[in-house]
Amino acid sequence: MIRTEELDLKAGSRLLVHRLDWAARPGECWSIIGRNGAGKSTLLRTLAGLRRPDSGAVLVGGHPLDAWAPEELARQRAFLAQSRHDAFSYSVIETVLSARHPYHAQRYWEGSDDHRAAMKALEAMEVADLAGRDVRTLSGGERQRVAIAALLAQDTSLLLLDEPANALDLAHQVSVMGLLAGLCREQGKTVVMVGHDLNLAYRISTHALLLMGDGRWLAGPVGETMQPALLGDYLGHPIEMIEHGGRRIFLPFEAQA
Amino acid sequence: MHHPVHAHRQRAMLVIGVLLLCAIASLLFAGMTGSIAVPLAEMPDALRQLARGESSLAASLIELRASRALTAFVTGGALALAGVMMQALLRNPLADPYVLGISAGASVGALFALLMMATAIVVDMAALGGAVAVSMLLYLLARRDLRGGLAAEGGTSMLLLTGVILSSACMALITLMLSIAPEGRLRSMIFWMIGDLAGAPLRLAPWLVLGAGLLYALRGARAMNVVALHAEAAATLGIRVGRLRKGLFFVSGVLTASAVTSAGSVGFVGLIVPHACRFAFGPDHRVLIPAAVLTGGSFLVLCDTLARTIIAPQQLPVGAVTAIIGAPVFLYQLHRLRR
Repeated sequence: MIRTEELDLKAGSRLLVHRLDWAARPGECWSIIGRNGAGKSTLLRTLAGLRRPDSGAVLVGGHPLDAWAPEELARQRAFLAQSRHDAFSYSVIETVLSARHPYHAQRYWEGSDDHRAAMKALEAMEVADLAGRDVRTLSGGERQRVAIAALLAQDTSLLLLDEPANALDLAHQVSVMGLLAGLCREQGKTVVMVGHDLNLAYRISTHALLLMGDGRWLAGPVGETMQPALLGDYLGHPIEMIEHGGRRIFLPFEAQA
Repeated sequence: MHHPVHAHRQRAMLVIGVLLLCAIASLLFAGMTGSIAVPLAEMPDALRQLARGESSLAASLIELRASRALTAFVTGGALALAGVMMQALLRNPLADPYVLGISAGASVGALFALLMMATAIVVDMAALGGAVAVSMLLYLLARRDLRGGLAAEGGTSMLLLTGVILSSACMALITLMLSIAPEGRLRSMIFWMIGDLAGAPLRLAPWLVLGAGLLYALRGARAMNVVALHAEAAATLGIRVGRLRKGLFFVSGVLTASAVTSAGSVGFVGLIVPHACRFAFGPDHRVLIPAAVLTGGSFLVLCDTLARTIIAPQQLPVGAVTAIIGAPVFLYQLHRLRR
């Protein structure tokens, strides 16, 4: 679905990622893990086409990003930004309808099919009752769910999410993550996300991409990559792991006082 | 059952229809009002005489007033449209067509021409030249924010800051010219800066510019919504962000230049009208754009009618009236919003 070839990413003169050869296939759910400034968001923005690679290439469906017409690419991949600034008082439903743009760029008004897709996405995120609200009056968690609803309404086979669990309460973290995992499992979609919660990532991801921030990276199935020793290395803090009822739970190591 | 999509569309049509009637009413009001009133009942006769080229007092009054009211309308419409575009471009509801210094550039050109005692047409041309020069300079300096392609990185802060600095540089030049100008020419220079429609001839060009600008804006209305909502992430929804930003920059620049060339830098219309329309009809550009053009036009026609009648026979510059009405309206809106 999406693939990188010898991708280099830099922040100023600092090399973040060196020669990344990586691919995410349909049905796979990837978590990108690393410490602050390791290049997680930079990588995701590059995959989304919002930033040019410093060298190498990103390919979606076998074609380099530059070869895609923007609206065609927008029907293939959706992107959730890490944060949002709402300058204007659009309503929740208008926000979600705007994600239908790539499907009817020539029409002046949306059709009832767009409206149905938008309402379905709002219902999936349990924010259908907010449809008429001004987005600037929402709480952080509600705004995040509306943003994810817009992503779902875009109806793409590749979803790139920068910290989707941001600002969500515990119950919604679990339900949103469960929904994303379901999209991969049942509909064969590809999810690539950045997140800081290892337990949440481990529960729903099939694969993980670890970034060291100095060019080094490690990619593979979670069983191989999400090992306490490796995670501790990449996150710069020792990690302990507990097996509990068939689940792995990761804890930051704390020295006994 | 009423379908939400159709309800939205019907509401939009209703809004535009009502505003169109308001625009016609404002033009009629401007035609009727003045030192010699022309009653509504005499209006059809007067218009018929005017069309046939017959001369009568009512017909020649209407001709004078209509030409001035129509110039006011096209100026107000252009400023409001430029304001909507500038606010969408900068993603800032407090931006206006003058924030990037295009009108300050026009003022420098016009005031220099006035200082040199140039004729009216030369003053207009100098204003246009000043506006174009500042736009070009701005484009060269802030190209980064307007760059094309899919990967439009970052926001428009470079553009905004460069514009603000250019604007203050122009203001310094204006102050310089005002301080060395001889007494006799100061009045015309000040009036130009405030914005004045007295003696502004009715021309075809501003109407063509407004028509073309409106067409461009309506075609891009949906894309403007996506950019207003998602900023540069709009690129992931299939918007060519760089191309849209360039388009908004140039079209709003031409609209502003055209407006200030015929009327001077009339303030507040480009800020208040888009703001009020957004407040009343919502931020959807598909409704906002035609609504702002009609409201801006009507607003300036009414302000200009006030400007020439309020202390008649003395005439006020229309820019003074828009500011006197605009500032409190804006403050009121701001406080309603914050509550």
